[in-house]
Amino acid sequence: MSAQAPTIKDLGSSLPDAIRRFTPPPRFYPVLATIALFIGMFGAGSIRYEGFSSPQTILSVLVDNSFLIVLAVGMTFVILTGGIDLSVGSVVALSTMIAASTLRSGWSAPLVIVTVLLTGSVLGLLMGLVIHYFEIQPFIVTLAGMFLARGLCYVISLESIPIKNGTFTSFASGTIEIGDYFITPSVVVALVVLVIAAVVLHMTRFGRTVYAVGGSEQSALLMGLAVAGTKVGVYVISGFCSALAGLLFSIYTLSGYNLGAVGMELDAIAAVVIGGTLLTGGSGLVLGSAVGVLVLGLIQSFISFDGTLSSWWTKITIGVLLLAFVLIQRLFTRRTT
Amino acid sequence: MIQMTAEAAEATRTEPVVQMSGVSVSFPGVKALQSVGLTLRAGEVHALMGENGAGKSTLIKALTGVYSIDEGTIIVGGEPRTFHSPAESQAAGISTVYQEVNLCTNLTVAENMLLGREPRSFGRIDTRAMNRRAGETLTRLGLDIDPKSQLGTHPIAIQQLVAIARAVDIDAELLILDEPTSSLDADEVAKLFEVMRTLRAEGVAIVFVSHFLEQVFAISDRMTVLRNGQFVGEYLTAETTQLQLVQAMIGRELETLDKIEQAAEEHTVKTQGAPLLEVLDLGRKGSVESVDLQVFEGEVIGIAGLLGSGRTELARLLFGADTPDRGDMRMRSKGTKLRTPRQAIDHKIAFSSENRRSEGVIADLSIADNMVLAMQASRGWLRPIPARTKDRLVKKYIEALDIRPTDPNALMRNLSGGNQQKVLLARWLITEPELLILDEPTRGIDIGAKAQIQQLVADLAKDGMSVVFISAELEEVLRLSDRLVVMRDRRKIDERANEDVTVSDVLEIIAGEVRNDA
Repeated sequence: MSAQAPTIKDLGSSLPDAIRRFTPPPRFYPVLATIALFIGMFGAGSIRYEGFSSPQTILSVLVDNSFLIVLAVGMTFVILTGGIDLSVGSVVALSTMIAASTLRSGWSAPLVIVTVLLTGSVLGLLMGLVIHYFEIQPFIVTLAGMFLARGLCYVISLESIPIKNGTFTSFASGTIEIGDYFITPSVVVALVVLVIAAVVLHMTRFGRTVYAVGGSEQSALLMGLAVAGTKVGVYVISGFCSALAGLLFSIYTLSGYNLGAVGMELDAIAAVVIGGTLLTGGSGLVLGSAVGVLVLGLIQSFISFDGTLSSWWTKITIGVLLLAFVLIQRLFTRRTT
Repeated sequence: MIQMTAEAAEATRTEPVVQMSGVSVSFPGVKALQSVGLTLRAGEVHALMGENGAGKSTLIKALTGVYSIDEGTIIVGGEPRTFHSPAESQAAGISTVYQEVNLCTNLTVAENMLLGREPRSFGRIDTRAMNRRAGETLTRLGLDIDPKSQLGTHPIAIQQLVAIARAVDIDAELLILDEPTSSLDADEVAKLFEVMRTLRAEGVAIVFVSHFLEQVFAISDRMTVLRNGQFVGEYLTAETTQLQLVQAMIGRELETLDKIEQAAEEHTVKTQGAPLLEVLDLGRKGSVESVDLQVFEGEVIGIAGLLGSGRTELARLLFGADTPDRGDMRMRSKGTKLRTPRQAIDHKIAFSSENRRSEGVIADLSIADNMVLAMQASRGWLRPIPARTKDRLVKKYIEALDIRPTDPNALMRNLSGGNQQKVLLARWLITEPELLILDEPTRGIDIGAKAQIQQLVADLAKDGMSVVFISAELEEVLRLSDRLVVMRDRRKIDERANEDVTVSDVLEIIAGEVRNDA
């Protein structure tokens, strides 16, 4: 039984030997593949471009993509249940608009933050309720949500609104030094969200039900699990994460812009898939999604370091990577079933 | 009067754990249950018997809150209750293992056993305690399964046992086992029965649904029989004979089986002249090694062999579902290459797959639509079947095969397994094949439907159709076939005319080969 999958404990004294023979559970394979890809890309960049090998390269990727990490974390919950949330990009834009306009009319920063987070969560709740109780495909419901949220941006304002609030600007210019390198407070927020999400997914009943629903909704129901609450819950989480990502994005750009974050939902989905989460649900880790975001970010670093490449190469590379990962997953799932 | 077991006698005096009375359930177009009663007592194994479509699964799902009931009362622990979801009935101490394994293959064994009831400390799941508790339950049941392994890596039989372990762990007052043994081998069944006896001694009421009469008589104290969604009677097992039970379940169909056997014996086939289908050295790497086979007109070829012997693989090669990489095939003495099922259909070969659910039934279409599917495919999508022809054909086969419900617009998902199988047979019969390949056509369906399907095969052969009949049940193969092919280890190891061949002869052929290898 356990002898088939040796673990460190089984093998006792000889630690180097144990490490050599340690095989991780198969569910970690996709994430390990993504991490390997990331390390490989970082290595290739370091050889090719001067200065790429600095840890700051990775930290800058984090700084520039902290909102996308938050977004991808929320998306991971939804995809794990076998759903999809296309509204997140628009909700990010809507959040920046709400934040910018309410700040302009003099609301205090904490009140703005609470309002934005509530709006996102309620939008997610509404979509989740429709998806579950009317049994409508998440694709269509969240597509409607996407148009709705984008439209609401224009209701708030037709033009972009700058943010001048002191709390927001100081948060934006703030840095946290780590030795010779730095990150921003947004990165800390993103990492905290990531850790909380991982704990929720792996150490709470809600989290395990998310996986169960993704594995087989019918079985989860017959096992007496709270399927309804879980399915609605993941859209609330995704809505909350979109709103939070919107706040981070508004801090990053210091404005509310109704055309902002167009297509960002697709970046988030791409990151989740590259991070090894199955679109059919039931398998994947939030850590993978975060690494997926880093991979996407690193492609951009490649292009800016090179200087001669058009930024459209980012899209081309993401397309190729996405296809490669989906194909790998296909082979992977075919082997295990 | 034969005395009841002591436990059962004592239990009769106590109040029932669950009492259902006058329960009716209907689906669109189907009246699934009509005023059915069921009384379950503590410390008793209660067998729920009936043909497929008799309403056993529906009754269970009505009790556990999967379906809502139209009429009737359910009294649990002395109080009238209505459950709206499996979660509610579970909370009331009713734990169910369904016919199909309803677990999540993407999670570990321990998680599957304890989902929703995970041990927690400070609000978070204590994985270590969870694995330990799952391990203890598995050990208590005598099962050697690693709780940390992913469920999907285990065969179905093990998954089934895990599902039972989950139900046991709930500490239920009532444990419902809906066909738990259909995917278990003899040792595993014995193990399951041990577990059931332990639980019975602990005072758990157990509902046991099974098609295997011997198992029912071995384990149950009492039986309730349903037929066509109606209550037939409640019997004490010790006072009932198998014959009485079968008669209660199916009434008239018992004679049919005897008739088939006689008919098959009288049925003679002309094996001279050119065969309808002839294959030489047919094979595919990793699937079947070099098989020679001749099928004559109006002949039933029975293929016997253990699971994994290559019997299904051979059928798939004959139909072109898998492409052979060696060998020749002649249909009516003409060289033929079957590379796709489409080509096989053009050659008037039909194939009914063993995986009814995943490779045959389209659950959301009606009976009529499911039936004409193959015919439509062979006509091409640009030539729709005229509505009148379709109605006529569908009506004819619903009558001929005694499909219930008789409404052609009833949705396939609401049919019982046996009736679904009949619709699939009709699908192929409509195309008027010359060669019909049936892979496990009677698996998981009840004795009445089995008899009807066997009768049908015998009739078809009499009318000149050639049939390749594959089944794990040797009695069935022997009853029907004119010639017997025995497969083992992906090879044909024997072929003989089916004259006075017995089940033990076949087993010896299979086992003999094992001895020769050793």
